[in-house]
Amino acid sequence: MDQAALVQHIVIPAIQILVVVLILPLAISYLQLVERKVLGFMQVRLAPRRVGWHGLLQPIADAVKLLIKEDIIPEKAERFLFTLAPIATVIPALAALAVIPFAGAPFQVFGYSVNPWITDINVGLLYLLAISSLGIYGIILGGWASNSKYSLLGALRSSAQMISYEIPLGFAIIGVMMLSGTASMVEIVKAQKEAGMWFVVPQIAGFFCYFIAAVAETNRIPFDLPEAEAELVAGFHTEYSGMKFAFFFLAEYTNMIVVSSIATILFFGGWLRPFPGVASLDWLENGWLVLGPLALGGFLGWLVDQRSGGGLRFMFAGGVLGLLLGCGAAITDVGGLAGMSLPAVSGAFWFFFKVSIFLFMYIWFRGTYPRYRYDQLMALGWKWLIPLSVVNVIGTGLVMLLRE
Amino acid sequence: MFRTEEMDINMGPQHPSTHGVLRLKLTLDGEEIVDVRPIIGYLHRGVEKLCEYRTYPMIEPLTDRLDYVAAISENLGYCGAVEKLMGLVVPPRAQYIRVILAELQRIASHLLWLGTHALDLGAMTVYFYTFRERELILDLFEQFCGARLTYNSMRIGGLLEDVPPGWTDRVRHFLTIFPSRQKEYEDLLTVNRIWLGRTRGVGILSPEDAVAMGASGPTLRGSGVDYDVRRAQPYCSYEQFEFDVPTGTNCDTYDRYLVRMEEMRQSCRIIRQALDRLPEGEVRAKVPKYIKPPVGEVYHVVESPRGEQGFYLVSKGGEMPYRVRFRSPSFVNLQALPMMCKGRLIADVVAVIGSIDIVLGDVDR
Repeated sequence: MDQAALVQHIVIPAIQILVVVLILPLAISYLQLVERKVLGFMQVRLAPRRVGWHGLLQPIADAVKLLIKEDIIPEKAERFLFTLAPIATVIPALAALAVIPFAGAPFQVFGYSVNPWITDINVGLLYLLAISSLGIYGIILGGWASNSKYSLLGALRSSAQMISYEIPLGFAIIGVMMLSGTASMVEIVKAQKEAGMWFVVPQIAGFFCYFIAAVAETNRIPFDLPEAEAELVAGFHTEYSGMKFAFFFLAEYTNMIVVSSIATILFFGGWLRPFPGVASLDWLENGWLVLGPLALGGFLGWLVDQRSGGGLRFMFAGGVLGLLLGCGAAITDVGGLAGMSLPAVSGAFWFFFKVSIFLFMYIWFRGTYPRYRYDQLMALGWKWLIPLSVVNVIGTGLVMLLRE
Repeated sequence: MFRTEEMDINMGPQHPSTHGVLRLKLTLDGEEIVDVRPIIGYLHRGVEKLCEYRTYPMIEPLTDRLDYVAAISENLGYCGAVEKLMGLVVPPRAQYIRVILAELQRIASHLLWLGTHALDLGAMTVYFYTFRERELILDLFEQFCGARLTYNSMRIGGLLEDVPPGWTDRVRHFLTIFPSRQKEYEDLLTVNRIWLGRTRGVGILSPEDAVAMGASGPTLRGSGVDYDVRRAQPYCSYEQFEFDVPTGTNCDTYDRYLVRMEEMRQSCRIIRQALDRLPEGEVRAKVPKYIKPPVGEVYHVVESPRGEQGFYLVSKGGEMPYRVRFRSPSFVNLQALPMMCKGRLIADVVAVIGSIDIVLGDVDR
């Protein structure tokens, strides 16, 4: 193997994996800050502001706190499995990111072509389904190994819930696979470009099934029964503290990002701009024309905040927009230096923009809904989502047959 | 080799949704409740015994600590009991101010109930909204008596002082903003499908059972029994006010929720009437310096936010009562809990505990 192939096939993927695994915890800790801020504004309070400017260092403080906390293993717990469980939860969550394409066009670094995804395998969707089912093991093991009744109940609920909701999740995806004729994530997005529309248009029922099942799959409100603090104290991670708890936490938020990314790729055209079939909107693919208004928005938000003296909402909106702007500017600068092309920036922008909307919806749900009861959750999954998703598959097949 | 067995699980005394130090011993068959046994006494302070070594005015601060979420109702009941024993007539202005305070307290208490009840069922935002309005009421109380939780707000024979200048206007201001705020909670909950699913048909307490268990307050009225002490045995000039007593029809958690929501509206109505007709004059009757009620005994009940709060005093003619007994609605309502929970799921226990609105200070005394 010559040097170029070595770099292309081993060094670059290794660096990509490293970047994803290192950046993700940081991104998640700030996602958590965003969640606390958004919830705070919904709930007429200020959210973290003490650590750093407007609480911007709060995630760092939280991470340090979790790192230096005493690592308690309960006396009666099964030590080996108790330690293994958080690892078994976080690894599948991270592994799922391997097939997520973050943007469309490959970019050039030092003469090597780098794809904005770690790998593109032709069974990408099946891989995702398989990997995401593995995460349950960590939760069951953790709940059982804690040797606590609350943990056990939480783990049982969680396994029942995740297994039930994996079925509609899988069926909802089948519709997209039928339309695109492939299971590769990259090819699915390309199929949407060829079709000239996002798959959410023909697959609206499939999207609803997918999104509801995905919220349930990630154990978030209104489906957060496994960790329902009002009933089961903290569910399966009642006995966990310190870094082990942080791993469960990391897995939960990684899963949120993963399912939001999958929803974006399958139903909302991944890195494609809105209305990919309308030629007059081509300017949306020009990174500068997207970033320009964002910069303006960020600046105006900052200005209003300065004028009105603590208009936190403007500050927040400005902050988010400014952050996006900063990321965009940083990437384009690097691109300018290393010959990265602008389509990659625009693709990444649209991708992360759509993912952020899904993540915002997660937070929005959390601020709005009460929690389902166990039997109601099962009834929703088995009586509504599974039949609906099956009907969706049959309907898609019929329509495809008739159009031929 | 394979078998199933019932599981005992302790809910509390340290548990997020037992509202204090209530401990429930649950016997579970999977997620289903086979048996519930409430175990109480973690907050027992022996208040009734303490009262036997206090003079009558010194007991009032102790009543603050019974139902610490609705201390003014306790003050009102206790002062009413001593006044009944001594045959004191409270000046009308003091009576009206007492009514205003008690109804504001009812709203504040119901707001705390609503927030925590919704939080137990997973709707966390309502909690912050209700606490925002509760703060406004606590501010009013602070302006009146200087305290925000344990008020010691009344005196035997009336009030210590008249309300501060401008206070009635601030109460009126609160009444103008409160209905729109209450609509915010209703928008989040009343027609929310998940909320309906969690509360409708959950924790059914039939009217017969409710009466047999001695339940009172919204727990009783939610079961469709039209009984309110304020109307059945009016005290403190409640007979002069016009208000409705809401009752439920389905006897479930959702009806108890609706009853409390309507009670908040009716409380606003009572306060508005009291403010409009607030008489002038003294706020305290002529009371001897040393309060020595005649020999005898008295039982006085008031409608606290939780239900029928009774005060039984026995006087031997001295400065201190011979025996004091509090009938606490939380304790009595709690006895209906196993009846409402059996055969249901573990998540329903939380909903039912929330819907009977117990305060452990009141249960354990």
